[in-house]
Amino acid sequence: MTRPVLQVTGLTKIYGQGEATVHALRGVSAVVHRGDYVAIMGSSGSGKSTLMNILGALDIPTSGRYLLDGVDVSRLSDGQLALARNRLIGFIFQSFNLIPRTSAVANVELPLAYAGVRPGQRRRRAMEALDVVGLAGRADHEPNQLSGGQQQRVAVARALVTEPALLLADEPTGNLDSKSTDDVLQVFDDLSTAGRTIVIITHEDEVGARAKRLIRLVDGSIVTDQRQSPIHLPPVGAAIAHQSVADAGGHIRARRPDAGPAPVHTVGGRHPQ
Amino acid sequence: MNFFEVVRFSLRGLSANKLRSALTMLGILIGVAAVILLVAVGNGSAQAISDRIEALGTNTITVMSTGRGGSSSTALTKEMADALTDPELAPDVRSVSPVVSASSATMTYEGSDHAVATFVGTTPSWFSASTTPVGRGAAFSDDDVDQGRRVVVVGQTVAEELFPGVDPIDKQVTVGGALFTIVGVLAEKSSTGFNDANDTAVAPLTAVQQVLTGYGALTSIIVEAASPEKVDAAQSEVSTILDQKLDVDASSGSTPYRIQNASSLLETQTETADTFTTLLGAVAAISLLVGGIGITNIMLVTVTERTREIGIRKALGAPRRLILTQFLIEASLLSVLGGALGVAAALIGSQFEIVGVKPVIVPSSIGYAVGVSIAIGLFFGGLPAARAARLRPIDALRYE
Repeated sequence: MTRPVLQVTGLTKIYGQGEATVHALRGVSAVVHRGDYVAIMGSSGSGKSTLMNILGALDIPTSGRYLLDGVDVSRLSDGQLALARNRLIGFIFQSFNLIPRTSAVANVELPLAYAGVRPGQRRRRAMEALDVVGLAGRADHEPNQLSGGQQQRVAVARALVTEPALLLADEPTGNLDSKSTDDVLQVFDDLSTAGRTIVIITHEDEVGARAKRLIRLVDGSIVTDQRQSPIHLPPVGAAIAHQSVADAGGHIRARRPDAGPAPVHTVGGRHPQ
Repeated sequence: MNFFEVVRFSLRGLSANKLRSALTMLGILIGVAAVILLVAVGNGSAQAISDRIEALGTNTITVMSTGRGGSSSTALTKEMADALTDPELAPDVRSVSPVVSASSATMTYEGSDHAVATFVGTTPSWFSASTTPVGRGAAFSDDDVDQGRRVVVVGQTVAEELFPGVDPIDKQVTVGGALFTIVGVLAEKSSTGFNDANDTAVAPLTAVQQVLTGYGALTSIIVEAASPEKVDAAQSEVSTILDQKLDVDASSGSTPYRIQNASSLLETQTETADTFTTLLGAVAAISLLVGGIGITNIMLVTVTERTREIGIRKALGAPRRLILTQFLIEASLLSVLGGALGVAAALIGSQFEIVGVKPVIVPSSIGYAVGVSIAIGLFFGGLPAARAARLRPIDALRYE
């Protein structure tokens, strides 16, 4: 197999000092290969957001090694980190984090602008990315004119517009209703089908069930790491969606009855503290 | 990403918060305009005062009675004035003009009347001593003074009030119940301050004493020195003669009269005006400081509020340098635009009279005011932006 997109070894993160010390991560090791669709699940306080921030190069681990596309992130300077965030990672936040009072297309263009792409080409690529998430018609709307689901899809477009090696999503559906959740997850399924590497954090079993691989995190450590479907095939959600389109009945109803081809993983999604 | 694009980003950032940007600029505008205008007003009034004093003539000495209690022994009299015209004791004196003046004498002509602000009784030498030349007609003569003829030279304002569109010369007017014949009109004099220097009338000393003031004390004596260099010599000669006449004890410090000469007056007034300008400048500096605190406040709030945005931009791969540049350009655009508008406002404002003073712009105050406001804007816009740009993206994103 080729060089892994993401490789972490013995990752720890400690907040605070003395009595108030919190061990958010206690030695996490994992490898993610190109084309995988990984869901990291865990209850709140399990360290999944901390892990995500470190994977997104937004935060630095207390100890451990993190190789992103073969590059040791801990050795990068501030400028190189900015470059890595721009070229290698597409980050999707739970709270969307679009720049306010700035049109959707300008938001999507932003990473390209930082990458030094010419304005004309930038606009074209931003529109293509918005087309992928099905929002090309809303390009000139500002964030406050869009629904939550639409805002998150703009954020997804912004994350994938630079064609990053890795798409990271931190509870992307946490603030969305079921209809919007479905729209956003559909986009992820399609992206995975197109061969993108995706790591998604969630506490919803329904979201985790659609991933090709499921990692469970409890108290800062990985407890289970299971493959739900082969890495080289489209994810289950995509197949079901296509089937449901064929049924012309809307994929929400169509998917629910057989939501888990591997139902064992959807049991006990929430771990007691 | 080139510089031009960063400027475009900054403009987009500013236009996203139009009201706040406008208010920030307004703060800078007011601060800058206040400093420039206040200093200009101080400077303008100083210039007005010195113009006025120079208009009095630089080689004249004015003797005035300090007139405590109006006791006759301290009053200036016609005899004293005559005594000053003494080629032996006072060789540097060219002419002596005794002056009586009546305020608000009413002049009537064919039913219309006008209250003349200052009605002066004097001798012909007054016209040259006080640098008040006659424009049309003629001044009265020494003979007119000796004979007490009722002739008068009026100022421009009086001529216009009483004789609109008519030549006033040889017309007869009534003042204090007596008929005066107008023989001339004074040349227009530039007036500064509240008093209209053209609202005046000049008549022979004897006639004015007879009709208006009575034969009491003189208001003042105007002494013209032979040349501006001899003003000091003439002044000491005058005081020697007056001390003799008024029996002043040389050892006692105080005299019953006061001597002013235009050049010493000019000196003191310039000093006073400088103090005045400094005072106004200090007030203006305080207003600039307060304006600066306002700028500081808004810049801090703006950047703090946008810490989250800075976090998003960093997460999307914006280098620190680029973020800092964007915020610095935003801050400098605000302060430069605000400063430029402030200068424009001050320049427009200086075209108008402010509390009777025509402001005169001091160029250095423009540089000072604009420089300070831009420096404040850049420093307090740049500092929090630099702090936010240094944060780890996750800390900036979590910032509330």
